Amino acid sequence: MSDGDVLAVAEHRRGELRPVSYELIAAGRDLAADLGGDLHVAVIGGDVDGFAERVNRAGVDVVHTVDEGEEFNHDVYAAATTALFEAVDPSVLLLPNSVNGLDYAPAVATRLSIPLVSDAVDLTVADDLVVTRETYGSKVETTVEATTPAAVTIRDAEWPSVEDPGDATVEPFSVDIDPPSIRSTVRGFEEVGAGDVDIGEAEFIVSVGRGIDEEANLELVEELADALDATVAASRPIVDNGWLPKNRQVGQSGAVVTPKVYLALGISGAVQHVAGMKGAETIIAVNTDPDAPIFDIADYGVVGDLFEVVPELIERFES
Amino acid sequence: MKILVTVKEVANVADDFEIEGLTIPEKFLEYDLNEWDDYAVEAAVQIAEDRDEDVEVVAVTVGPERSEETVRMALAKGVDRAVRVWDDTLAEVDLVGPTATARVLAAVAEVEDPDLVLSGVQAADDGFGATGVALAEHLEYAWAAVVNDLELDDETASVRRELEGGVEELTSVPLPAVLTIQTGINDPRYASLRGIRQAQRKELDVRTLADLGLDPSALDDDLTLTGLARPESESDATLFEGSAAETAGELETVLRDAGVSAE
Repeated sequence: MSDGDVLAVAEHRRGELRPVSYELIAAGRDLAADLGGDLHVAVIGGDVDGFAERVNRAGVDVVHTVDEGEEFNHDVYAAATTALFEAVDPSVLLLPNSVNGLDYAPAVATRLSIPLVSDAVDLTVADDLVVTRETYGSKVETTVEATTPAAVTIRDAEWPSVEDPGDATVEPFSVDIDPPSIRSTVRGFEEVGAGDVDIGEAEFIVSVGRGIDEEANLELVEELADALDATVAASRPIVDNGWLPKNRQVGQSGAVVTPKVYLALGISGAVQHVAGMKGAETIIAVNTDPDAPIFDIADYGVVGDLFEVVPELIERFES
Repeated sequence: MKILVTVKEVANVADDFEIEGLTIPEKFLEYDLNEWDDYAVEAAVQIAEDRDEDVEVVAVTVGPERSEETVRMALAKGVDRAVRVWDDTLAEVDLVGPTATARVLAAVAEVEDPDLVLSGVQAADDGFGATGVALAEHLEYAWAAVVNDLELDDETASVRRELEGGVEELTSVPLPAVLTIQTGINDPRYASLRGIRQAQRKELDVRTLADLGLDPSALDDDLTLTGLARPESESDATLFEGSAAETAGELETVLRDAGVSAE
């Protein structure tokens, strides 16, 4: 049976470790301490020796390097992670709740017949592993208990990044991958969302979300942006609807912005959106729902109807 | 060609709601077709419309009788027929995790034997984001997660996967495959009146776990729901109250202090 070890798998893309890798170390070392085991971190593919040096941070006991391929390929990751799990026999397998993490974590959990809890925002150990996660669009906090061994994916930016150097041993791990089992082919990458405006550079942003109701109402927002000499941005649903181009999208899959002022109109503040704008100096939110998560990070707020507040605001800056 | 689309009826919670034990009372819930699945349905129907060969689109859901309303929505948008899985065992479980849901869906997929399975990236209520890939693994199909562009030929799906930070990964997977569909990949249609009428006559089969050759242990996923809570507000925002004119006045002061000025 498992002896309290934790196995975390770092994430990298195009030569860079992604920040969640160091957050996995923070989550992993706390868990390993609670469970009385060691923290193992795996780096799979790319410059594994360079990555191994970088993830050798305080609390990591062993770094496993799997020198297979350059970029993420879920078939390689699933095979390597499954083999490592069987070799290390950990109580908890920790993976990032990223687009790529969710591209192999469910396959690994299924292959190993272990429970999977995704998108964890907190982890504690009682008799079982207690995972806190958000449901119903962050309106509800749910706790789920999983028997160990279990797989958990962690939400980014919920744990601190471990920066202090460590003294882990580095161990190469070879995995036997059957070539026909590699079914997916990654053909390349493309940057999207470039265009006329770089909202990442904007000083003042007026951003609009689902609360705008229909495309025609965008005119009101543009009028306000004109009056404030600000740039118009949007949350995902507005871009999904085709009402604004992709280069206006703020959030995890769009741009990260750090303006002096971010005025969020009718934006609920889903975690994916907040990831793109929490670095703004001053955040102002107008939303009809007093429980909207946007108010958790706003500096100033109005619980009210943007269709009433915005025209008043335009008048004050136009006159 | 046959396409299986997994759909889920999801609960949206009203702005003001209460929690009773491990549930939210019905009066605070509104049900709808999961937004991601709406895009998956549209993707499947478009493939059926665009290809010369006959393409059958079958929707599958795991849900109570009430969820037939959302399944009929998918049928009204052009899905040919549907399968709904439900029985007393499913009704009694507080939480069916992604790997267990995938096991049930896989049992349906094994009967249907589709060339392509389209699934939403995640469900708006539970938000596991894991069922599609777990389903692929159960079926031993290839897969791709978080797809926002899709081209199909007879043997291959060429997709774009939406990574973080405005980067897309161009990937090919051989068929049969499971693709999890991201919002924005298309422009989901509204059901026409004619479609809604036709949907009433389309086949909607109900299957129990036993019908699918599964025993209740198929739902054992070593997960137990132990708590539901309203998150404590972390807000330390200064909230302005009053009429629209008053609050706009307060916002004007904040904006001008931050350097915004009329030209």
